[in-house]
Parts: sequence; structure tokens; C-alpha cells
Amino acid sequence: MAILVEESTSVIVQGITGREAVSFTRDMLDYGAKVVGGVTPGRGGRDVLGVPVYDSVRQITEKERVDASVLAVPAPFVRDAAFEAIEAGVPLLVIVTERVPRRDVVQVLELARLRGSRVIGPNTMGVISPGKTKVGSIGGPAEDTRKAFVPGPVGVMSRSGGMTTELANLLTQNGLGQSTAISMGGDPIVGGTFAEVLPMWQEDPETKALVLFCEPGGPLEAALAKKVQCKGSSLPIVAFIAGHFTADMPGVRFGHAGSIVEGKADTAAEKARIMREAGIIVADDFSEIPALVKRALGEG
Amino acid sequence: MRFYEFEAKAFLARQGIAIPQGRLAHTAGEAAEAASTVGFPAVLKSQVLSGGRMKAGGIRFAESAAEARETAEAILGLEVRGRQPVGVLVEPRAAVVQEYYLGVTYDTLAKLPVAIISDRGGIDIEEVAEKEPEHISRRNFSSLLPLTEFPFKDCVASLGISGGELTALTGALFRLARGFLEHDLTLAEINPLARLEDGAYVALDCHIELEDEAVGRQKALLEALGANPGGRAARPPTPLELRAAEVDSSDHRGVAGRLVEFDGSLGLIIGGGGASLTAFDAVRRHGGKPADYCEIGGNPSVSKVAELTKLILSKPGVERVAVIMNVVNNTRVDLVARGVVKGCVESGRDPSTTIAAFRIPGAWEEEGFRLLRHYGVQYFDRTVSIDEAARRAIGSMSTER
Repeated sequence: MAILVEESTSVIVQGITGREAVSFTRDMLDYGAKVVGGVTPGRGGRDVLGVPVYDSVRQITEKERVDASVLAVPAPFVRDAAFEAIEAGVPLLVIVTERVPRRDVVQVLELARLRGSRVIGPNTMGVISPGKTKVGSIGGPAEDTRKAFVPGPVGVMSRSGGMTTELANLLTQNGLGQSTAISMGGDPIVGGTFAEVLPMWQEDPETKALVLFCEPGGPLEAALAKKVQCKGSSLPIVAFIAGHFTADMPGVRFGHAGSIVEGKADTAAEKARIMREAGIIVADDFSEIPALVKRALGEG
Repeated sequence: MRFYEFEAKAFLARQGIAIPQGRLAHTAGEAAEAASTVGFPAVLKSQVLSGGRMKAGGIRFAESAAEARETAEAILGLEVRGRQPVGVLVEPRAAVVQEYYLGVTYDTLAKLPVAIISDRGGIDIEEVAEKEPEHISRRNFSSLLPLTEFPFKDCVASLGISGGELTALTGALFRLARGFLEHDLTLAEINPLARLEDGAYVALDCHIELEDEAVGRQKALLEALGANPGGRAARPPTPLELRAAEVDSSDHRGVAGRLVEFDGSLGLIIGGGGASLTAFDAVRRHGGKPADYCEIGGNPSVSKVAELTKLILSKPGVERVAVIMNVVNNTRVDLVARGVVKGCVESGRDPSTTIAAFRIPGAWEEEGFRLLRHYGVQYFDRTVSIDEAARRAIGSMSTER
């Protein structure tokens, strides 16, 4: 088991003929992902790396089951492409495109809620269940992906795409494999947040602990803390919060749009305090994470 | 992109929300003339992109043309939190009976727009939320369904407001929300919206922000308002930051040069978003003093990385550089290594003593490591974590002194 994506997950790629999309589609195929089709309007009938290209999502869903779609269309077209996938009944959308205007994001998420689809991203690198499949560019080429990600009991969720791989690599180096790793997306508003995905991790028999990479800005960490405080967590959670220094420079944009520091409540220090109060284990140093996970699993 | 008050008010007027009959002045003379036109007593407001104008003396009153001239002179010369005003907005002083707060923004958790109203306007809304929560009403509304007035009526009515007051406030909040959605705003606040002695509802001050990613598709609005998106950063860029931005835009390959200057001795070449945050914290935690924060990513060219390295080394007080990235998928380690080494050599510095640490695991790492070995540079592979690499970089600096 894993969450969101597994071996049998059948995937399509919207915007498959774009340069980046061709590159990550190759990596997905090499890793063993079941990529059943791609969509680029006006390019139907061609193929990319042997994957048939269609003009619409519906042309694929009429023929076969589609479990997930990776959206890599340019930002101005994301809303339309996402609506198309949702209305065609695709249950999971992974939006890798960056710089999607917030109104479009909110509209996509609202329609997804109404229709019962789940969205990861935008501005995500994707989702991987190591040894099974990966959806999106996460991990890069298959060979590199296998170096950083190995199967195991730790669920990984990160607000930073690059740090998703880094975190998995750190765990792997210390003998801890991952059940699933999710790059949440670096935007202020994203589909799958810590608190929303928590129940899925808890229901997954393979996941025994969670590791989260957090950043300053936004209420997502506080929302998780509140949920854990109210309902408890059947899994130990270890969090690392990067960007303590940004508190010294309010108003300056560091890294993701999501880490613009606006007030005391969303600084790294304040998040650490709130999460600790809720019983979440907060790592002071990045490299101390594996030891904390092992201790929580009773191995340390 | 934050709007100046005069731009934001012009926006409100276009949405059908009443604003004072004001005039923008760029000189003390213009301000005196404007004040005579709008009438006395007049209010003169510094047009500057920061809060705290009132406390700083950026909002003042005048009873005569002579006083308006003198006051405008003072306001135009007054920096507010490090920012220069672009003009003075001159308005008639309003006879206020009641003040309200109206706001629309995105609710990150509900993932919907949210309308907020309070009958305790004029002060910091967060203070009201803390001390008098019963005087604030919030309501999420759909971003998809056609916008109608009822959600805003509900929001206003739940404060116990009825009669003509309900109708007027519902209309204003609805128009604010409609403008918010149509024009890709991320924040639209009127504080206060004032009910005047004559019964009119007028927006006396406001704060409006446009989504940066939507500036392109809101060009028509920006043109109509005469608003130029440039020059609005929270802090004006330093010359070094401007030169780094030039390096970054010198070719289209990758990112190398998004830089924020600090006062330390250790130059940082780090990336991308989350990894930079982690590396910077780790350097400080282990007693290092960063000279800069930066982000490299994608697949920058050798020359771009070399120029960035030279630029950072040219900063007075910079003794060393540390090169730290997360495990990379699409950045070629060897190209970054060549760029940093080249930058050191061209600055007349020995790479082995100038590069405190090089830690980038990923594509083409063997080629990169071979080059670094050749130059005697301390490098780390994926078995050494980001913070450990930072610690060792700082360790190597202190042991040699």
C-alpha cells in the first residue's frame, strides 16, 4: 500500500508535447509508471515516446480508466485543462505548472471539491510511491530517483519540491524508506495540505511515521497542529521548519510565494512552538530528522 | 503588486464605490492649489507604499492654502519606513458619523474568497478580531458561481445591521468582492468606509493588492489607472542585487543571481527555494555570517555561475563562498562546479581556499567532483546533508584562522 498513487495507477499527461513534459514523461515511463495517454489540443493522433496523444481528456476516458492526470500546460491554460480533467471524471490532478494566478487555482479547487476530484499542487514536482510509480517530475531521471527514494514506512510531505527529494535522500541514507512522498506545491493556496492528507496517511497500513518539510508563511502548519491537537494522530509526526532567518527581514520575498512573511503568527519560530504544543516532534537541525523518526518508531 | 492609495481609490470609483473628491499633487505648490479647490479643512496624505503613515506624520490637516503648502513640503520630504512618497493626496476633511471595515481576500484554508466586515472601522482589524470578535463578521463565497448580493447581505446582517445601513453596506461589499474577483486581486480592504453626516458612505482609505502572476492579464486595468508595476519592492534593491539580477538575465539558461544582500563574510551560492532557506538557517546556526541569500536552480550556464561568483567575491568583506544545493534532478553539477571555479580564478583567488564547501549531489556529479578534486576544493556528496555541509564549511573557515 501507499497513498494517492500505486503500481496500477493509470496516468495521463496534459500538455505532453511540451519540452518539460516530454522529459518527465520519459522519466515516469523509465520508472515504470503506466502512462496511457497524453493530451495536447490539435496534436491528436501523434505520439510522444510511444504514448498516444489525444485532443481531449474525454477521448481517453471514453476508452479506458484514468486514475490521475499530470498537468503541465502553460499557466494561462491551467484552469481550462483542470476543468476538463475534472469534468471527465479524473479523480486525481497533479498540477506541476508554476505561476498560476490565484483566482484560477481557487476556481479549480472549488470545482474539484464539487465533483469529488483531488488536486495536488499547483507548482508541485509530483507524487511518488517508491518502487511502484511516480507521477510528475519528482526525483528526476529514473536512475536518480532510485538513488534518492526507496520503499519503506515513512510518509513524506514537503512544501518545497527540491527538498522532497533531499528529505527522501536523507531518510534513505539512514536506512529509512518511504511509503509515498508528496511535493505539495510552493504556492500560497494548494490542493493537498498537511491537514487534509493526514487521514490518508493514517489509513495506510504501510505508513508508520510522517516527516514534513515546512516553511514560513501561511496557516497550513497551524491548521495541522490544530487538527492533531483536537483529534490526535495515530502516527508520529516529525516536522522540520526552514527559513527561521526570514523573520529578520519582513516583507522580503524569499523562495516561494508561500514564504512571504506577514506576521508573527506565521514565522518559523511561531510554527515550531504551535506544532510542539500539539505533540508534533520538531527537528532543530535538518540532519537530526532520521534519528527522531527512528526514536518515534521505537528503533532508536 | 500593491497600489498607491490614489490608484486604489480610482479602482474603487470604477467599481461604483464612492470616494472623496481628492487630487494628487506632486509639489507643495500643486498641493496648496488642490487644497483650495477641494476646500478647507483639507487632509493631506503621503502616497507611500507602507503602513504607519499616520504615526510617522504622513497624514496631516490644513486650514489654509499657506498651511497646505507648508504641510505638503514636509510630507513630500518624509520617508516612511524607508520609502519615499510619490506625491500627496489632497482631500476635503470628512464629517464622519460611523466607520466600518470592509475586506475581501483569499481564505487559504477554506480555499475560497472571503468577505469580512466590521462596524469598528478605522483601527487595526486584527486588534478588533482579538478584542471584540463579536464586531467582525466573515463569510466565504463561491469563486465559481455567478456573484449575487445575498452572501454579503448575510455577512453584514450578522452584525445586527438592518435598514438603509444594511442596503448600503451590502452594496459596497458586493462591489468590492466583484472587483476583487474580476481583477485578480489578492487583497481589497477599505478601512474605513465612513458614513458621513449627510448620510453618504465614502471610502476614506484603502489597501489593494493585485496578484503578481496576473499583472499581464490585468494590463487594461493598470493602463486605465495609470499604474506602473515597477519600483514597488518592499525594500529598494541594493546595487549588488541589481547587478546579480543582470547576471541572471544575461542568458535564459537556469537561475543564478536572485540575490538578497546581507552583511556577512561568507558568500552563499545556494538553491532553490526550500534548500536555500535550510542552508541559510544552517549557516547562521553554526555561527556563520552570510553575505547574501541567493537561489540558483534549473540548469544555469558556466558563465552565469562564474559571473555570480565573481560578483559575490567582489563584495567587501567576503572571504569565502559556500556552494550548497539539494539533491538536484535537472541541474548539472559539473557545470556549476566549473562556473564557481572559473569565478574564483578570474577573481584572482585560489579555489581551494576560497570555496569553503561544495555540496551538490545529482546529475553529472562525478565530472563535477573530479574537477573540484583537481583544484583541491572540499566537496561533499549526497551522504552529507545540507546542514552538515554548512557546518563543515564554517568549521574549515575557523580552523584556518
